[in-house]
Amino acid sequence: MSAQIHGVLPFDPEKRKQIKFSDEALQTIEKIKQRYPEGKQKSALIPVLHIAQAENDGWLSPEVMDYVAELLDITPIEVFEVASFYTMFNLKPVGKCVLEVCRTSSCWLNGANEIVEYIEKKLGIKEGETTPDGMFTLKTVECLGSCGTAPMMQCGASYHENLTFEKIDEIIKKYKSENKRRNYTDLEWYHTK
Amino acid sequence: MGRKLLLDKVHIPGIENYEVYRQNGGYTAVEKALKNYTPDQIVEEVKKSGLRGRGGAGFPTGMKWSFLAKPQGVPRYLLCNADESEPGTFKDRYLMEKIPHLLVEGMILSSYALGANTSYIYIRGEYFYVSRILEKAIAEAYQHGWLGKNILGTDYSLDIFVQVGAGAYICGEETALIESLEGKRGNPRIKPPFPAVAGLWGCPTVVNNVETISAVVPIVQMGGEEYAKIGIGKSTGTKLISASGHINKPGVYEIELGLPVEEFIYSDEYCGGIRNGKKLKAVVAGGSSVPVLPAELILKTAKGEPRLMSYESLADGGFQTGTMLGSGGFIVMDEDTNIVENLYTFTRFYHHESCGQCSPCREGTGWMEKILKKFIDGTATMVDIDLLWDIQSKIDGRTICPLGDAASWPVASAIRHFRHEFEEAVKNKGIKRVNFYNKRWQKEKAI
Repeated sequence: MSAQIHGVLPFDPEKRKQIKFSDEALQTIEKIKQRYPEGKQKSALIPVLHIAQAENDGWLSPEVMDYVAELLDITPIEVFEVASFYTMFNLKPVGKCVLEVCRTSSCWLNGANEIVEYIEKKLGIKEGETTPDGMFTLKTVECLGSCGTAPMMQCGASYHENLTFEKIDEIIKKYKSENKRRNYTDLEWYHTK
Repeated sequence: MGRKLLLDKVHIPGIENYEVYRQNGGYTAVEKALKNYTPDQIVEEVKKSGLRGRGGAGFPTGMKWSFLAKPQGVPRYLLCNADESEPGTFKDRYLMEKIPHLLVEGMILSSYALGANTSYIYIRGEYFYVSRILEKAIAEAYQHGWLGKNILGTDYSLDIFVQVGAGAYICGEETALIESLEGKRGNPRIKPPFPAVAGLWGCPTVVNNVETISAVVPIVQMGGEEYAKIGIGKSTGTKLISASGHINKPGVYEIELGLPVEEFIYSDEYCGGIRNGKKLKAVVAGGSSVPVLPAELILKTAKGEPRLMSYESLADGGFQTGTMLGSGGFIVMDEDTNIVENLYTFTRFYHHESCGQCSPCREGTGWMEKILKKFIDGTATMVDIDLLWDIQSKIDGRTICPLGDAASWPVASAIRHFRHEFEEAVKNKGIKRVNFYNKRWQKEKAI
């Protein structure tokens, strides 16, 4: 077993032992490693963390980061420093559907504040919180490059653009009935316009 | 109708697929280049074209390419910067989504010109679905012999890979992009050495924007000199503009550089005027980083000449009365918009996106965000306006990368042109909230 992220995060060796990614994920990771010259497999870290997050209920636990370090033959702290830098990696558990509402200029100019308030009221949670049933987490994010179709929010790989309250109702209803986790890496990427 | 070089085929159904793209003249530039041109000749054509970096800085692409070091036995890399994150900018996403093969074709041409045998497209993590579109296009290109070993029977070989990021604006800065591609935090590097000498894994590297690389396709097709005839002065060719905000027709428009700003805002061919018949108040012409200009200065320069969509005309008057073309993120604000509150969203953005390496940026962006919040909450005093000015002046030019400058310019320009709005926010103890959602959907439904 490789070294742990000592003293930085609580670490459970028992949990660590149980971690094993699906064969499909491991195969994809092997393929990603081939994209770089020999000895530069650290370059695969960000794509691999996306896969790791999808394999681990949408977040990166210290145990998972340790596992990723072993897969790429790098130190756990190298994984942690990257995981903690990028916005798309969650270092705490999140709901199955993370609703990320953009609120930078163009979205603000088109009603992002009202969209956030509507979702807060509808789900009974505040920004940054998760519903008690673990279904939804509400996040506000910075510009997602959908300024021409503002206001918008992202959930997993899907962009929901030109948002109205009615559209939000539909999306939430649909997600609730499907009751599944939505990851950035979902292959069924065709987004809803 | 302005001439279109990049988006001329986007209306063709199925153009995202290889067959349709090929039937409509796709990959003929690669045929032409690999058969008739040496790599140096392509660099020459790009130099002649006058093409300037479309990511924001506007540096001449041909010159950037000619700086690339070529030591024997060391690989060179081309990196495509698809980390489009500048607020107000969504042109690269549109281009990659609608016509992905144009970027792949441009990547082949540019890689050939630079002698790169492995190239990466670094795309922002949020555009995951776009990375799938690109991967499909790349797979098709391999299948039809445009990528891989010995392309078109020549001894040139090329592999292209798509790398996704994970949500960091700073990775659009070229050395941060390289760091991120190496599997690290996106902390910009101190230059020199420049990437042209020591970039990805210490090898000579060129980083170009999606639109820049795509523009190499028409340049090879028509020749650099012909391309240079389009546009105005040193602003040659066409530019994709992402138009958003309070306009009737937001979207991505390809314009010939030199188009009058007034025509761009009011013509039905482009933005179609201000929504709901409101008056134009201000424009951020080139993405959140560039100075905001009030209506009178965006339509006409301080000298009274019509302002044009070009690198030079938009910059006319310097930062006192001008702005920049930047990335082409054109955000339009109507008369109901409060500039201070809009500035708050920008400053919050920069605070969130600062990588934390340089103290002036890491601390300064946070202080500016807090002070701007006071104006909104009604707790600011007149002193805060000068304090804000003071902080921004001490970030500008004092950081490793341009994020610090980018964070300070919107603040400086807002105070310069709209100081009265800051004063009003102090006097009125806050800013009256506008329900932009109702305004946005007024036509469809009143809530």
